[in-house]
Amino acid sequence: MKTAGKKLYQALNIPQFEYDEILSRLKREPNDLETYLFSAMWSEHCGYKHSRKYLKRLPSGGAVCEGENAGGILVGDHVITFKVESHNHPSAVEPFQGAATGIGGIIRDILAIGARPIALLNSLKFGKLTDKWVKHLFDGVVDGISAYGNSIGVPTVAGEVSFDKCYTDSPLVNVMAVGVVHKDKIKSAKAIPGNHIVLVGSHTGRDGIHGASFASKELNENSKEDRPSVQVGDPFMKKVLIEATLEILELEEVVSCQDCGAAGLLSSTSEMGSMGECGVELYLDKVHLREEGMEPWEIMLSESQERMVFMVTDKGLDKVLNIAKKYDIPGEIIGKTDESGLYKLACHGEQVACLPPDLLTSGPVYTLTENEPEYICEYKNKECKVSISIEEGVKKLLADPNFASKKWVYRQYDHTVGNRTSLKPGEGGSAGIWLDEEGGVVGLTIDSNARQVFLDPYNGAKNTVWESYRNLVSDGFNPLGVTDCMNYGNPEKDEVAYQFVKSIDGIADACRAADVPVVSGNVSLYNESPDLRVYPTPTIGMVGYTDSYDKLIKNSFSKDETVYLIGKQIDQTSNIGGSLYQMVCHDFLGGSVDSVDEKLEIALKDTIFKLRDESLLGGCVDISEGGLFGALFEGLKSGNSGFDATLKDSEVTEEILFGEITSRYLISVQDTTQTEKLLNDNKITYKKLGRCAGNNIKLADITLDLAELTDLYDKTIGLEMAK
Amino acid sequence: MKVGVVVFPGTNCDRDTKKACEHFGWETDYIWHDQSNLDEYDIIFLPGGFSYGDYIRAGGLATFSPVVQAIKDYVKNKKGYVVGICNGFQILCETGLLPGVLSVNDNIRFICDVVGLAASDDKMPEAISLPIAHGEGRYFADDKTLKQIQQDNMIFLEYQDNPNGSLLNIAGLIDRKNNVIGMMPHPERAVLKETGNTDGKYFFKLLEAEIK
Repeated sequence: MKTAGKKLYQALNIPQFEYDEILSRLKREPNDLETYLFSAMWSEHCGYKHSRKYLKRLPSGGAVCEGENAGGILVGDHVITFKVESHNHPSAVEPFQGAATGIGGIIRDILAIGARPIALLNSLKFGKLTDKWVKHLFDGVVDGISAYGNSIGVPTVAGEVSFDKCYTDSPLVNVMAVGVVHKDKIKSAKAIPGNHIVLVGSHTGRDGIHGASFASKELNENSKEDRPSVQVGDPFMKKVLIEATLEILELEEVVSCQDCGAAGLLSSTSEMGSMGECGVELYLDKVHLREEGMEPWEIMLSESQERMVFMVTDKGLDKVLNIAKKYDIPGEIIGKTDESGLYKLACHGEQVACLPPDLLTSGPVYTLTENEPEYICEYKNKECKVSISIEEGVKKLLADPNFASKKWVYRQYDHTVGNRTSLKPGEGGSAGIWLDEEGGVVGLTIDSNARQVFLDPYNGAKNTVWESYRNLVSDGFNPLGVTDCMNYGNPEKDEVAYQFVKSIDGIADACRAADVPVVSGNVSLYNESPDLRVYPTPTIGMVGYTDSYDKLIKNSFSKDETVYLIGKQIDQTSNIGGSLYQMVCHDFLGGSVDSVDEKLEIALKDTIFKLRDESLLGGCVDISEGGLFGALFEGLKSGNSGFDATLKDSEVTEEILFGEITSRYLISVQDTTQTEKLLNDNKITYKKLGRCAGNNIKLADITLDLAELTDLYDKTIGLEMAK
Repeated sequence: MKVGVVVFPGTNCDRDTKKACEHFGWETDYIWHDQSNLDEYDIIFLPGGFSYGDYIRAGGLATFSPVVQAIKDYVKNKKGYVVGICNGFQILCETGLLPGVLSVNDNIRFICDVVGLAASDDKMPEAISLPIAHGEGRYFADDKTLKQIQQDNMIFLEYQDNPNGSLLNIAGLIDRKNNVIGMMPHPERAVLKETGNTDGKYFFKLLEAEIK
């Protein structure tokens, strides 16, 4: 590394005050190698400097393996483990490899606790799809997910894709992985003294060095020069590594396991040592390398993919190495654990670094400002003064890539491998994975609502959690746990700091009220360029469960069924602040965001499940982006039916049809008498919206052709990408 | 009934195929790619996935493996049925156990969907739907080969709405003389009710009938 007259720590962008803290805690000057170690471990990406203090506010009661590589929830005798992670910065410069290795990374987290990966989800954000560069990024990311996810045989079952100008320079690529493991077979990442350290997997090369620090700064016109900081994935090696790792973790003699992700070998082994308050000694000359002449710091910081670290007893060594051999994967003994409590690196018998591991893993913690920025008030008072006809609005909304069908995307993902996909993309608000180990179905969803979080970070984030909750409930799942990925701009700027802190509070309060623990999560900051900053985008992954396949609820409204709006009712004052409709049709963002009625949300869940259990329920669709009309269209399209609405003229307005009001669902039923009785008994307010019939959607004096609308909805993205 | 499911490094439908076979009560073993004694099995499945990473060409590298050499003998000696699904079909074509090749889909993208199929065997319903998931599923052969395929009545599954540009809408081939079957659709993914589609059972029932 060229230091051009600067001290090494300066060249590595360690701020002076952090360097001073290193000096005072280490009580000496770090040598060059140690300085490199600090630069990676104290980066935002590894150290969570700006977020750690606030993440503690998220409730985790009820979660299992929290604090490990991925947390989870207990279903019977099995743990469903899940985590969402970002790979935003790499995807911005190299979309294919960025997205592919994003999957690789999150899969290893699931694997490290001994779980078999059973599903993948993703949340993708790009600039406007009409932009040529955006098309390149979108195509590359989808291709990367397709190439990598399909090869490793883990189905990609759900996701979301949005397009907004704010993501033009900083696309967001969040990937969630889900795994299953018997509760007695979970492996910890805690190191225990007196064991061998075995590295299994790919050779270590120079790729991805400084990846962690690259992910901790703003992108600019020079970012493409950072391309060597992007790791390259090998899905074939990963597939083989998955099988080998699961076989190795079956061994009793393997005491702990950790994957090599950001800051590679350094981060994995120092975290293991720190968690177990245990000494770790590595022999760097034993690490199998892809290229000659790598320096110790390069070996430690390399982010070469497809590598796992195991801590193994004497007796287990041969067994582990034999499994690696069976799968034709390199495996080397690269160190040992001891009682010293120190993190020691040696090369050809000479000690090259020695320091307490927790010094590396507990970087500085910053406090953020929480003052409300001026823009909040300014946007809240904005009013959208233009309007268009309902027909025009409907067509514009359906033909917008944000609302339109994502089939172009998910058709490229293998969503049925694994032989357990019960609810496929397009079949509901969430995906369903059959848990044959327990007999029921796991529900999975991933969601975000960045416009609302921008306008009102607290309520917007809260609404995002409840939206995920409704996605699961509408398909018949009981929500059980959350993972979150916090994508924000530069936290050193007060506006971003406020957005971050308030949305953490919103998520925390929503999860507490919904009684779902946050089992894992990830933070991605500095998602901004000199011109554009992303909206604050907390992505919520939520997992639910139902004990029988037969309890899944359809998302279709079929002919002769009656459709009801249940929950919050139509209200002339209801606004459409932060709605997709206003953004698409009026290029407008402003107004106030609806706030959720938490008690009603829970009552709605209970009532929907009662309707299902009494066999009264036909279909159910939750209301989110696209508002009441969006949900109605989704149900009718799936059921292939037109609709005769009983709405009055005064109720067919942009506000009422497209406003994103929380705490409500649409349901379709045959038996209106029994349904109304059950709703009344449970004190749920409702309104009959009309009946499914014919091939047209009739709203007061407006008639829309379902086939024409479906065509718009289905073809938008494909046509745009063919341009 | 005893069946073997071949596992190459990179195979990813081995567990799915075993699960489906066991659903019908068939005794099922995994066969690691270095194995060469297959005589005890009534059916050998070559399941889907990316054998050896499918580097160079889908199914290409697998043809050099010990197990595929053993399969050639197994076929020659008429020991039982060989069924290649998806990557398995690609391997059978690369090996020459079935005619033609499977090339990149005509839209050059991976396709995962459920497709309507016409089945020619009278032990199966005329129309069924099965999942597909492949990037290289476009069946291709020269005119002479295609004519021969038709003459020998080898096409047992045809796409109703061709998703990938396969010639003659070919989705599956059967060589009745040598008991070799290859197909791009995944019947094993459509056996269990919890996957929402059980049309795959017709294929497994057909196999059962052939063996007995």
